[in-house]
Amino acid sequence: MSTNHKRLITATASGGRKPPVNAAVSSTLSRIARSCAMPIATTLAIAILATTTATAQVAVQGKTVYTMSGAPIKDGVVVIKDGKIAAIGAAADIRIPEGFRVLDAAVVTPGLIDAHSTVGFSGMLNQDHDQDQLEHSMPIQPELRAIDAYNAHDDLVAWVRSFGVTTLHTGHAPGELISGQTLIVKTKGNTVKDALVVEARAVAATLTVDARKSDARSPGTRGKMMALLRAELLKAREHQAKQKAAAKPQEKDGEKTPETPAAKTPNPSAEKTADASAEKPAAKADAPASEPPARDLRLETLVQVLEGKLPLLITADRSQDIASALRLAKEFNIKIWLDGAAEAYLLIDDIKSAGVPVIIHPSMARAVGDRENQSFTTAAKLISAGIPVAMQSGYEAYVPKTRVVLFEAALTAAHGLTFEQALATITRDAAKILGIADRVGSLEVGKDGDIALYDGDPFEYASHCTGVIIGGKIVSETVR
Amino acid sequence: MTGRSFTPALRMLCRTARRILPICCVVTFACSMPAQAAVRAFVGAKIIPIAGDEIPDGVLIVDDAKIVAVGPAASVAIPAGATRVDCKGRVIMPGLVDTHSHIGGVGGADGTGPIQPGVRILDSLNVMDSGFKRALAGGLTTLNVMPGSGHLIGGQTIYLKLRYARPGPKKIDDLFIRDASGTPMGGLKMANGSNSMRSAPFPGTRGKSAFLVREQYIKAREYQYKIDRAGGDPTKLPPRDLNLEALVEAMKGKRVVHHHTYRHDDIMTVIRLSQEFGFRVVLHHVSEGWKVAPEIAAAKVPCSVIVIDSPGGKLEARNMQLETGHILEKAGARVAFHTDDWITDSRLFMRSAALAARAGMTRKGALDALTLAGAEMLDLGERVGSLAAGKDADFVILNGDPLSIYAKVQETWVEGFKVFDRADPQDRLFAEGGFGAGHDQSPYFCCFDQVDQTSQQ
Repeated sequence: MSTNHKRLITATASGGRKPPVNAAVSSTLSRIARSCAMPIATTLAIAILATTTATAQVAVQGKTVYTMSGAPIKDGVVVIKDGKIAAIGAAADIRIPEGFRVLDAAVVTPGLIDAHSTVGFSGMLNQDHDQDQLEHSMPIQPELRAIDAYNAHDDLVAWVRSFGVTTLHTGHAPGELISGQTLIVKTKGNTVKDALVVEARAVAATLTVDARKSDARSPGTRGKMMALLRAELLKAREHQAKQKAAAKPQEKDGEKTPETPAAKTPNPSAEKTADASAEKPAAKADAPASEPPARDLRLETLVQVLEGKLPLLITADRSQDIASALRLAKEFNIKIWLDGAAEAYLLIDDIKSAGVPVIIHPSMARAVGDRENQSFTTAAKLISAGIPVAMQSGYEAYVPKTRVVLFEAALTAAHGLTFEQALATITRDAAKILGIADRVGSLEVGKDGDIALYDGDPFEYASHCTGVIIGGKIVSETVR
Repeated sequence: MTGRSFTPALRMLCRTARRILPICCVVTFACSMPAQAAVRAFVGAKIIPIAGDEIPDGVLIVDDAKIVAVGPAASVAIPAGATRVDCKGRVIMPGLVDTHSHIGGVGGADGTGPIQPGVRILDSLNVMDSGFKRALAGGLTTLNVMPGSGHLIGGQTIYLKLRYARPGPKKIDDLFIRDASGTPMGGLKMANGSNSMRSAPFPGTRGKSAFLVREQYIKAREYQYKIDRAGGDPTKLPPRDLNLEALVEAMKGKRVVHHHTYRHDDIMTVIRLSQEFGFRVVLHHVSEGWKVAPEIAAAKVPCSVIVIDSPGGKLEARNMQLETGHILEKAGARVAFHTDDWITDSRLFMRSAALAARAGMTRKGALDALTLAGAEMLDLGERVGSLAAGKDADFVILNGDPLSIYAKVQETWVEGFKVFDRADPQDRLFAEGGFGAGHDQSPYFCCFDQVDQTSQQ
């Protein structure tokens, strides 16, 4: 430990970039920086570093480089040019171009991916004004976009980044039947636009006790939760049918009608529209087979769920709720991601045959309520059955306001997964599940230059993250 | 509680069989359950005694409930007739001391008012709650179980020894730690800052919080004065007042005040009040302790620090940092850690020390903070917290370094009895989690969300 301690001190002091600051300046700046956890001088040093080094081209040398697309490279080099990985391989085979800034580390990994977070929505302070993860006015609100709420400046963005997290799948939290949309961002940028990877990635649904209302409001039971979800998806199916019908040119008699059941049956509201137009004969002549349905942001979002464009991210922990989620997916033929899934180990065959990936609850989630039977070994059990798995930091309503996905994955390595299997749950496999594997999750030529640097085994408590690069820019050199 | 329907006799039979069979089959099975013996010698392990240097090849000798010797293999003689337990490749350290826990289904003071020192947490605890089993899996052997932090004075805490040798305790009294007079030991829970501020009759400001506390302690002082003046004459004694009695105990130093406090100014308020009324205090959480570390050290007030994965979650915790333990240690303050279970998981208590060491704390200080420092904060430093002759035989056997994520507690021993064995499927269930590991009688939440969410608004 004393070695690590020394290393920490050296790394902080040896930068030589730490400007002399008097107490008054430092206290003012600390207020400005609102930095809670870094010594003030370090904060300053990093702020200055970030601005001076951001534009340089960067290469990384690692004693061990985990590419996650093949065997780890001993004494490896990664060259990043214009934000993308330009070359990767053994130091002997790769020439680092002149003028590149070179960072060294004992261990180099792809920038970490948190497959399900609420960082940027559930703000660090946990006060009303910074909590945008749950809107409690109605149980079903898929129309709530994540881009309209993401706060790129929340301190927790930089916090998780300082441990190596570069990509977040984040957004509306579990806690309402359908709480809203999610997005994918990089842990950088001044605005959501700077940070954005995928504007709308999933629709967050909850089939746990957290979505249940204790007063006279719905849903008050598990049965009612499913009834409301199914009714809403049926409405969306009708809407979809109307959209399709309106998009088609006028059909001739005998031509095949759209296949959805909703479209086959006479649609009362469509008839009403037809009746209304009958009162205006002039408009009738060139009318399409049916009027396009009135815009409905909620149903339009759910139509995207029905079309498989937006998966339903269903948080379900108890086995009966996981079974309900799978039943819903089958009934509506929709794409779902299981989230939380504390008792997934009871339904391995069903999950596997449904072809559904699982984003497992944080290893250290509180084992209470629906998660009282959660296990540290769930990731190992699902992965050995061949189910795609990613780890997550999850949503926290209180202290800690976020977990760090690095440590959540680390515990899976201590409970049955190999080091690389565990690392994959927060890199390659997370990227595959989230549909962003063409950009992040592994170190390969052409992919985003997102890299995390460590001074030892990233999962060990004693190690530190010593640097983070996003899109070829050094965004953190905090030693943490 | 986990659906075992064995009768005690049958269970005993199975247990005996389990004990004999492995020994017959694999004689050298590391740290396997030894036959009943008065004296046991644990040999071959690296021993971290806390008091003193780490011993690479150590011997720990236990006679019944007490440690009789600990030291290097070369210098500790193994008594004739002692049962040798081979612990090669293992690490042995003292049982962990958690200075601040909420397991067991705690229900302390209620919503009627901010000051309820007469309420005892011991009257609410469910000894069969699975939280205790999880704590054993984390190597915890001594706990201070407390009411929540939603009150200025939330009630009396209780110090527990996790005596879970099969067939297990039947009532919470079986876990008490008694003082020389036979009284169960415990402290007094206090809090300041936003958790205990709410709408009336709770205080709305920090000034009012301190006032309400001072007013009560002054009342308690007068109560004590009346008792002293009665000179033992029952006709002159004031009527018993359970609330004031507890405060008198605190002022007499019989009951240590365990004070929830986050912000630097709140920390200084605690120190000021403790000096005014002469109560001994341990600062708990101390998230801004790093801002007033020299002041804390100068006041000689010990700190029980919480280690959390991120700052925030409430305004007072925004400046929380992993370096707090390091900074306090450097300033010369005594530092322990706590789980605040369910805020952090008892099974992962060692992680608190590991993360503090990551942020600069010395290894020695970090390990001390899991054990002896906490024991001393509970006035139990003479009995537990380190491995030394004469102390209780409370220890943990690990398969790796306590500060490594890959290390796991293999066995936990309390007063000479094995109370957790990872090789036993029942125990393993609580260590790893899985179906049936839940809290069979706990309400959905215990003591944080609603109180704290409301109070912080």
